[in-house]
Amino acid sequence: MRILEVQNVNKRFGGLQALNNVNLNVNKGDVHAIIGPNGAGKSTLLNCFVGRLEPDTGSVMFDGQSLLGKKPHQINQTGVSRVFQTPEIFTDLTVLENVMIPAFAKRDGAYKLNPFARVAQESEIRDAAEEVLRDLGMADKRNQIASEMSRGDKRRLEMAMCLVQEPKLLLLDEPTAGMSRSDTNNTIDLLKHIGETRGITKVVIEHDMHVVFSLADTISVLAQGTVIVEDKPENIKGHPKVREAYLGEAQV
Amino acid sequence: MTDTKRNDVILLLVVAFFALFAPIILNPFPSDGPLAQFNAGYPDLMQRFVIYGIFAIGFNILFGLTGYLSFGHAAFLGVGSYSAVWMFKLLSMNIIPAIVLGVLISGLFALVIGFISLRRSGIYFSILTLAFAQMSYNLAYSVFTPITNGETGLQILLSDPRILDAPTGTAQPVTSLFGLEMRDTFLAFEYLGRDFQFTYGYYVCAIILLISFYISMRIFRSPFGTMLRAVKTNQNRLSYTGVNTRPYTLTAFVISGMYAGLAGALLACMDPLAGAERMQWTASGEVVLMTILGGAGTLLGPVLGAGFIKYFENILSRINDNVLEAWFAFMPDGMSDFFVVIVHPFVGKGWHLTLGLMFMAVVIFLPGGLMDGAKRIIDWVSGKNRASKRGAKAPAPAE
Ligand SMILES: Nc1ncnc2c1ncn2[C@@H]1O[C@H](COP(=O)(O)OP(=O)(O)OP(=O)(O)O)[C@@H](O)[C@H]1O
Ligand SMILES: [Mg+2]
Repeated sequence: MRILEVQNVNKRFGGLQALNNVNLNVNKGDVHAIIGPNGAGKSTLLNCFVGRLEPDTGSVMFDGQSLLGKKPHQINQTGVSRVFQTPEIFTDLTVLENVMIPAFAKRDGAYKLNPFARVAQESEIRDAAEEVLRDLGMADKRNQIASEMSRGDKRRLEMAMCLVQEPKLLLLDEPTAGMSRSDTNNTIDLLKHIGETRGITKVVIEHDMHVVFSLADTISVLAQGTVIVEDKPENIKGHPKVREAYLGEAQV
Repeated sequence: MTDTKRNDVILLLVVAFFALFAPIILNPFPSDGPLAQFNAGYPDLMQRFVIYGIFAIGFNILFGLTGYLSFGHAAFLGVGSYSAVWMFKLLSMNIIPAIVLGVLISGLFALVIGFISLRRSGIYFSILTLAFAQMSYNLAYSVFTPITNGETGLQILLSDPRILDAPTGTAQPVTSLFGLEMRDTFLAFEYLGRDFQFTYGYYVCAIILLISFYISMRIFRSPFGTMLRAVKTNQNRLSYTGVNTRPYTLTAFVISGMYAGLAGALLACMDPLAGAERMQWTASGEVVLMTILGGAGTLLGPVLGAGFIKYFENILSRINDNVLEAWFAFMPDGMSDFFVVIVHPFVGKGWHLTLGLMFMAVVIFLPGGLMDGAKRIIDWVSGKNRASKRGAKAPAPAE
């Protein structure tokens, strides 16, 4: 069953056709990787899913409803969470608060005026947050200020913030960029673990082929704003079009 | 978590203690002694501490939590004062309707100004609020003179209609709470050469301060307050987390505007007179200074900052050359003249200089304001205690 359907999406930046009739279908429960050379339009495409950019033409359907014209917070409320390339977290707040905020947003919606409720008495929310932190191995860090954590932990925290919302779709833009080999492997394990325990559909943009081939169920190859191939990993390896697109940039 | 709650109760009790016993605590010096001018325990000044404390508590809900720096909050203070005086003129000298109207009208103003200003953030937001406040200030002197009475200011007159308690006789009407006159001293006594004075007005202000402080505390500890702090830290993440930030910032803006209106109304309750100078940008800047000086984003900081600034404003400005000469009289002639000349620029009309220097010192050495200083002292003292206790029990382990 398809959870995300992208049809004929076009996006121009001035004279640059960043996305050119992009079609993409993501099946429920899959890890769908998007690969492609630098400047291919991968991030632009992801930005069109979360409301940061609006496509010029085309349609983006998620779970039966169109995402076009919606604001970022409205899209999140439909069940889409996003991990950014550089972790976007609440640096001044504690790890626990960081995870409780998305849980509040999930329960209370886009806005709730409850100035006399007490955070200390929100045991449901706190339990949910603590459970996710435990699952990601960060329970002992819950009272740390987020800005004081290592880069790897920040990414993990951002992941926890997305997971506590139990999204239907998780979008990840280069989750291992700039990471050491061991951090990269940890992230792969983490994503696999999330896949096993939660079965959330994921769309991952990634340059690291090791990551892509360890995780992906389906791969779309984007080049110059167009999806040139969408297939299973074993068929992507050695595909002539993919080789041509990368022109020896990477050993595929 | 329960720790936070216990600490909050303690903090509230401490504030209540100081608010209730301020007329005694702030009068430590004998009234005919040389240090009498440092006493602050007289009603007029204490009321100002408390009222500006309320103003700063409200400002801190916007600035301390969301990080949006408004340079126009004095406009709401002014609106609160004008509304209150109008209530005195039209309805009754009772302060309750005046306060209620002051809070409501300033809340409405804040809703409109906030709705427009919050479309921008950072410096552009600050400039927009400043522009609105200056506009209100200038309009109060021109277009709105029928409402504001221009430069003369809005005053209570014997000819006012005052529906509920129309004036009888020729006595100037006074503000009251169901018959308790605000300026009335209900208790005054002398002890060890110190004069203590208790008025209804001060206690009305003090109780309202306590309520305001309690509400602000609840906001800080609520999920709503957590969202406001999240706005300050990372608005981008918050919107990709499903939160619509605009209504949160607007609510914070309106709440802080209502606090300002409450403070303005209380000023009018203590002295039923309203002038446009209350809306000037310097007044808006003052509440920014109070909040930063005390510690933005802390519960107690703004109250401390307000007290600090109002104390030095009043005390320093009253020290003139005569006072200085009396202080340095014990020195040989030339020397005392020298000291008077040195100190002169810092006191009397020059009190702004001292305040400016103190403000700079605090911002440079204590970026978190006075609360930061207090925390460092507490950490230092308790750290030292712990170290000495450990030392007494067992030889300190090599760390
Ligand atoms: N906001 C924008 N305004 C103008 N041009 C843009 C904008 N965003 C992206 N582009 C351009 O669109 C093209 C696609 O960019 P995009 O970031 O989507 O590539 P990408 O596939 O994510 O590349 P990378 O692998 O380097 O992250 C690039 O040429 C980029 O310069
Ligand atoms: Mg990119």
